[in-house]
Amino acid sequence: MTLDPITMAGNKARGKRPTYFKDSDTDRLLSILMAIAGELAVTRERMDTLERLLEERGLLSRESIEGYTPDSDAAQARGLWHQDFIARILRVIQQEMEQFDEDKSARQQAREEAVSATTELDELIEELANS
Amino acid sequence: MADAARQAPPAWNAVGRHGVFPKANHDEVARFNFLTNLNIHLASQVLPGVRKAYDHRVEQGAVPTTRREVGELLKREPLYQFWSSLRRNTMEMRQQNSRAMVFRQLPALIDQASTLNKDSQSLQLNPEVKVPRYISAVDIHCMPGGYHTEYCEDDIAAGANYDSGIFVTTAGMLGRYSDGGGQALVEWLREQAEKGFRPRRILDIGCTVGHNIVPLAQAFPDTEIVAIDVAAPMLRYANARAKSLGVNNILFRQENAEAIEAEDGSFDLIITCMFLHETSSRALPRILAETHRLLADGGKVVHIEQPQFTPDMPPYEQFMRDWDTRNNNEPFWGTLHDMDLFEAIEQAGFARENIATLGLYAVVDEELFPSAAKAESDTEDYGRKPAWHAYIASK
Repeated sequence: MTLDPITMAGNKARGKRPTYFKDSDTDRLLSILMAIAGELAVTRERMDTLERLLEERGLLSRESIEGYTPDSDAAQARGLWHQDFIARILRVIQQEMEQFDEDKSARQQAREEAVSATTELDELIEELANS
Repeated sequence: MADAARQAPPAWNAVGRHGVFPKANHDEVARFNFLTNLNIHLASQVLPGVRKAYDHRVEQGAVPTTRREVGELLKREPLYQFWSSLRRNTMEMRQQNSRAMVFRQLPALIDQASTLNKDSQSLQLNPEVKVPRYISAVDIHCMPGGYHTEYCEDDIAAGANYDSGIFVTTAGMLGRYSDGGGQALVEWLREQAEKGFRPRRILDIGCTVGHNIVPLAQAFPDTEIVAIDVAAPMLRYANARAKSLGVNNILFRQENAEAIEAEDGSFDLIITCMFLHETSSRALPRILAETHRLLADGGKVVHIEQPQFTPDMPPYEQFMRDWDTRNNNEPFWGTLHDMDLFEAIEQAGFARENIATLGLYAVVDEELFPSAAKAESDTEDYGRKPAWHAYIASK
């Protein structure tokens, strides 16, 4: 079983994505921004956990955080974390790319099964209402 | 002080777990917590702004009389654009977060499910069952792959993803096991039992992971239950989930609801829970006809949905309740809610005087979720509150 959880997590749901702003660049940027906001909140929660635990145990010295240097294993782990992070915040780009595959497979399906090639919600509302 | 009145929703840590529930690490929980609070913020702090913008337009002379006209007005309002776009993003992020958690541990989850499902008499899959167009045309709820996609052999990913994220979208208001709908049905059935209606065989149509049927199975352990769905990953997960929760009186079967393999009159109670709106105009009468055929004399069919868009529902509310149709991949939602369901159920063979509606409210553990119990009464979130509209047809 070869599954890539990072890419698969960000897969697009079939169905054309609505746009909300006059300029679709704004839609894209807001998606990225909210993902970053989410990850910032996650980081903040993790730090809060850490600081509370360390404080409880009397183990935290703030100077040791400032002076920390990762070894090669730690550096490798951090690099992979960055990749996961970047894929997460750039989900909207991944899904715009997957729209091409969706269109292609819907066209293929339309040829094979005598159904419409659309994944436009407005057209599907009509179709499902009338068939 | 405004802050003192604020309450946080239950952290995702409180979610109900079972033998096939994905294990979340620290940051996965934190991602869910962020989204839950963002959803609450959007519903309680941003959505009222959309209403203000709408009211302002109306004060300036706009007279929208249909939900489509409300939509035309709001589409140009920056606050609506912002709210709607953020809401869409929370749906997508919820999917990405759950999927990241599920796929990194999928082989282990499949092992656990397979162990529970091995030689199980209560799981009957049928690869001959075709996924209908209304399930495959778009991925419902923006769940990539929908209910039905199988990524590998014995796959349960779609079930695990669906199960683990509902607590986020509902802020825990459906309870630890997201089974508030089922718990509401249990209360209703207990009242019915006092009046002498005690079904021996129950059918649940479109069961997904079994959230709403497991509480009935637990409350009425002598009842024989059949739960059907078209999606194999849901059924594998549902059976393993039920087993690990100690439930043994549900048979999970892969079936198309339009033609169910069961004898006429073989069930006393038939349930659909938030299912009819995920079908189509052609499928709906077939499904309703099947419920009539399969129901024994003296039996009842209960359909749990949201209220219909009747002329007395203001167009703004209709528009908000219809948001999911276009923005959360629910292409039949609006069409279903415009329909006269009384008429549709009557055409399936039920006498008009034997069809009634009933308001149902989720049973929430107020001790565990004090904020959930409170939230129920003070915010309107157009169809996301734990309250439903049930159609009950008797034969």
